[in-house]
Amino acid sequence: MTRLIRDIYDSGIEFVRTFGAFQLFFMQLLRHTPTMLVRRFDLVVKQVFNTGALSLVIIMVSGLFVGGVLGLQGYSNLARFNAEDSVGVFAAFGLVKELGPVITALLFAGRAGTSLASEIGLMKATDQLSAMEMMAVNPVPRVLVPRFLGGVIAMPFLAAVFSMIGLFGTHLVAVELLSVDVGAFWQQMQMTVDLEDINEGIFKSLVFGVAASLIAVWEGYNAIPTAEGVGRATTRTVVITAIAVLVFDFMITALML
Amino acid sequence: MDDNSENLIEIHDLKYSRGPRAIFDGLNLIIKRGEVTALMGPSGTGKTTLLRLITRQLIPEHGTICVDGVDIATLTLTELYQLRQRFGMLFQNGALLTDISVFENVAFPLREHTKLTNRLIRHVVLTKLHAVGLRGAADMMPSELSGGMARRVALARAMVMDPDILIYDEPFVGLDPISMGVIVRLVRRMNDALGITSIIVSHDVEEISAVADRSFLISDGKVAASGSPDELRLAPSDLVRQFMHGMADGPVAFHFQAPDYEEQLLGRDTE
Repeated sequence: MTRLIRDIYDSGIEFVRTFGAFQLFFMQLLRHTPTMLVRRFDLVVKQVFNTGALSLVIIMVSGLFVGGVLGLQGYSNLARFNAEDSVGVFAAFGLVKELGPVITALLFAGRAGTSLASEIGLMKATDQLSAMEMMAVNPVPRVLVPRFLGGVIAMPFLAAVFSMIGLFGTHLVAVELLSVDVGAFWQQMQMTVDLEDINEGIFKSLVFGVAASLIAVWEGYNAIPTAEGVGRATTRTVVITAIAVLVFDFMITALML
Repeated sequence: MDDNSENLIEIHDLKYSRGPRAIFDGLNLIIKRGEVTALMGPSGTGKTTLLRLITRQLIPEHGTICVDGVDIATLTLTELYQLRQRFGMLFQNGALLTDISVFENVAFPLREHTKLTNRLIRHVVLTKLHAVGLRGAADMMPSELSGGMARRVALARAMVMDPDILIYDEPFVGLDPISMGVIVRLVRRMNDALGITSIIVSHDVEEISAVADRSFLISDGKVAASGSPDELRLAPSDLVRQFMHGMADGPVAFHFQAPDYEEQLLGRDTE
């Protein structure tokens, strides 16, 4: 019993310590952010390309099929109430406010987050970060901040692309395949979806971008410098990001209702 | 700070542990300015750890490490980075940045710390690459290099800022005899011509004998012996003799601590 209490106490202390270190790490990234944005914007652009542009294919393909599924589900369920013309609104709300930001963040964690974590972890394992320190170059601004910012900047754009392609997928299924009236499809969407709804989606994708990028660079930077350690960091990146995104999604949705 | 002092690096009563295992237990060592100093010792004695402590990549639990009379533990991060600009370090595996070319790897410190024009950077980088025989590999990526070539590029990068102190971690491992001969001569020539101080961690007794002014043999967390390579070779200590002549029997056991061989094979202790 005493041992159990002691184990719980030790785990609690370890959790608080890790959480504190995580916050300090985040502050450190934020502290160097203005300098890197001004002085080394080229590095940030390179990372926007690596994390954003290279994730476009998976985002677009997923968006198309998610939109298609929304078209099918929306049509079959709304038709029960003779409201199949509203399938556009149904898909737009779903994509812009929820599925766009959330699925983009989950796909981002799988495609770009793992890439960031394993790249940084391997740089650590092969002494590249130590070599930088020995060359009097702080790896936090030089390596971590551009990668963090690349993800934060790329995420809202990726979510927007996901939503647009998703709506195109819904249009293909509902209008072209199931013969929903094209005018009603777009007009109802235009009349119902407000700028506030779009802002909610943008806000969510920004928060998810910060969370996903931060977790990826943290896990990579703190990976045990072995093949097993890097593999574990990569897995943890996906798992923790997925949970964080879903928890944040619930909290933001509850706050914005 | 006394720049004229003969002692460049002074280590006093250094203690450092990894888990329950003490790596250094009261180590004292002085590295003299302008010399090539070798740190030798059996595997696992913490030679690379000592290099990391000297460059404050690790913090000692006890004792002081002074560079030019300044305790490096007291330096702020900015002061530490200023000090590190005086160091050049060759890592065991080269530690080249894998996402940029050989040329850019060597140019990296220049681009980060100087405002030299591209033309001048090109000139300096090609000169350093030529010194290690790899000017022709400037456009290659690190993944295209052999282990020995990567280490030679890393050497070019370590000396591109013309440091005061060059640190080599196992510089001769994996080099073919020709490259090794060239690098041994290069280490000695750079040290003498540029007036720098070199610290080499190595197991290669022959190469060290050819290049080092002074050697320290580290064992059991302390300096077991020191002196010129010739002095070490003639030292009466069993440990020094075993190491310098590569003898299997002696104070340093080849086998790591283990239970009785016969008992373990026959499984008496487990069944």
